Amino acid sequence: MSEINDTLSTAGQWQLAWIKFRQNRVALVSGVILALMYLMTVFSGFLAPYGPDHRFARRPYVPPQGLHLFASDGLHLPFAYGLKEHVDHTGRTLFTHDPEVRYTLQLFATGDSHSFLGFETDLHLFGIDSAAEDGLFLFGTDRQGRDLLSRILYGARISLTIGLIGVTISVILGAVLGVTSGYFGGWVDELTQRTIEMLRAFPQIPLWMALSAAIPPDVDQITSYFMITLILSLLGWTSLARIVRGKVLSLRSEEFVMAAQLMGASHKRVIFRHLIPGVLGEIIVVATIAVPTMILAESALSFLNLGIRAPMTSWGVLLQEGRNLTTLYFHQWLLLPALFIVITVLSFNFLGDAFRDAADPYTD
Amino acid sequence: MLTYIVRRLLRLIPTLIVISIMTFIIIQLPPGDFFDSLQAQLAESESRADQQAFDALRKQYHLDKPLWKQYLFWIGGCVQGDFGYSFEWRRPVADLIGERLGLTFVMSLGSLVFMWVVAIPIGIYSARNRLSWSDYSLTFVAFIGLCIPNFVIALIAMYASVFWFGGSAGGLFSQEYKYAAWSLAKVWDLLGHLWVPVVVIGAAGTATMMRLMRTSMLDVLDRAYITTARAKGLAERWVIYKYAVRVAINPMISIMGMQIPQLVSGSIIVAIVLGLPTTGPLFYRALETQDMYLAGTFLMLLAVLLLLGNLLADILLALVDPRIRLE
Repeated sequence: MSEINDTLSTAGQWQLAWIKFRQNRVALVSGVILALMYLMTVFSGFLAPYGPDHRFARRPYVPPQGLHLFASDGLHLPFAYGLKEHVDHTGRTLFTHDPEVRYTLQLFATGDSHSFLGFETDLHLFGIDSAAEDGLFLFGTDRQGRDLLSRILYGARISLTIGLIGVTISVILGAVLGVTSGYFGGWVDELTQRTIEMLRAFPQIPLWMALSAAIPPDVDQITSYFMITLILSLLGWTSLARIVRGKVLSLRSEEFVMAAQLMGASHKRVIFRHLIPGVLGEIIVVATIAVPTMILAESALSFLNLGIRAPMTSWGVLLQEGRNLTTLYFHQWLLLPALFIVITVLSFNFLGDAFRDAADPYTD
Repeated sequence: MLTYIVRRLLRLIPTLIVISIMTFIIIQLPPGDFFDSLQAQLAESESRADQQAFDALRKQYHLDKPLWKQYLFWIGGCVQGDFGYSFEWRRPVADLIGERLGLTFVMSLGSLVFMWVVAIPIGIYSARNRLSWSDYSLTFVAFIGLCIPNFVIALIAMYASVFWFGGSAGGLFSQEYKYAAWSLAKVWDLLGHLWVPVVVIGAAGTATMMRLMRTSMLDVLDRAYITTARAKGLAERWVIYKYAVRVAINPMISIMGMQIPQLVSGSIIVAIVLGLPTTGPLFYRALETQDMYLAGTFLMLLAVLLLLGNLLADILLALVDPRIRLE
């Protein structure tokens, strides 16, 4: 017990924050989930059994398939049944599994080629015999017979990075402008504050919609991706700049800042050596909470066809497939991408809450 | 107080001018104008589009003039209550927005009431039973509510109302009342449909407010005057409602002014998914077709609402909290 107390009394601020953060189990789990999610975006080509645009033209709207271990003749390696097509009395094509045909699950199966860490390969973590007419659709397929699991994995690349890059831009803008306007005051401060006031006079969602609608439809994919990111961070930096400014204003009158200035430290040194570390905790908290907002915004804009547009894939784009109520009624699995959004956003929020508690390690 | 309000209103004028300029720039951003997209549509449907006719139309709506002149025409009209003309609907923008604004406000007000009625009692309850099993589960539900995109909630609610409760798919009226004149029966029909969007739109806000109320309440319950009140033997009910809640609710009141404009803009996506006859889908369509005056006026209207909401929030707070009034 006394050992812990010794560490506590000598630990630095960051050490204390870590000790406090570590106690929060939910946040730790969230952190691990997010790490896995982002790792997934790096390996999506390898994890996904098919390419995002691989169409099984004769297999539209296949319900999620299960993997089986037991068949009528006993235990097997994990396998999936083949699909049998039949038409019901309303003329809809339905798929049921065909007990006659079994595909054994293969690890490191060959399939569509994709680029993996810079080189081309056709290796996938799992799959079934690529010569077979059917595919393995663990999350079902969409209208065009594309595997939903693969598309979710590829969609993660855009959905997860857009929030992160957007927040990075917001943080850089917000921190730089917040610190300068708080530290220098005067007309710099006045100008920044008036700009923030103007930007914040606009309601977020309609402004995002209007700006996204202004993206020319003929720009290439990378450009439109970055335009969306910029639009999302356009308003995000303002709240950060405000918080940073407030904090800098109070830090500026602290004695250690005055001491540094009296010893002849340059503005640059005071800002980077004394002020930024002082507000870093706040910045991290606000940034963590801003990421899920952007992820939600991207999905909503893409869902309305104002953000990421097909042929690019994001979770919002995938959800468009379920926009029609009748379609959704027969094919509920089309909402699966939403589950991924919820898990990501939930994890980020838990993490943000834990950061908020940890950033202030001296309470309790 | 009155001079304060007047001063605040006067300060709004320069802000409004800058906002109107920014709005105009934003709606001008997309390449081409409404007639270009119309021409493209006509060309697709293979009907012959006459270049001269389009030029004449552009001239009629001043689209051939330089941008600053177009802006002056628009803003000059706005000041006199003429917000321009919708190219697509071929009607004045003011009429179009006007006839949908009523339902938009009814819906937003409904959501506001829903949020308050649900969030405040739960927030109080959660704070009084801090760290209990029920507090954890309520907080968790609120957390989940915040994390589901509201268009997905809208889809699920619509799904539930159609396939589980046998309601109609989206909209605010049954087929027979859609174009009927207002009557008691129509109002009743509206109420039957209204709860879906009201709950969906209010969901995220309810979760946020609940957490806010809980934090604020916890903060107040720790104060010395609460201990004093308890120590002198006041009934617990009295301590909570007369002493704690009255102070803890101040932050909620201060955000109430902002909630209406936030609900109006937050309802846009939900209204599009549910196909409601409110302003949101109108705005969405206007953005798609580059119906610039319609889109611009709506954006401007929301900005004005937000500014007024801000002002209202400050006034309300001064009214309920004498400490602020005295400063």
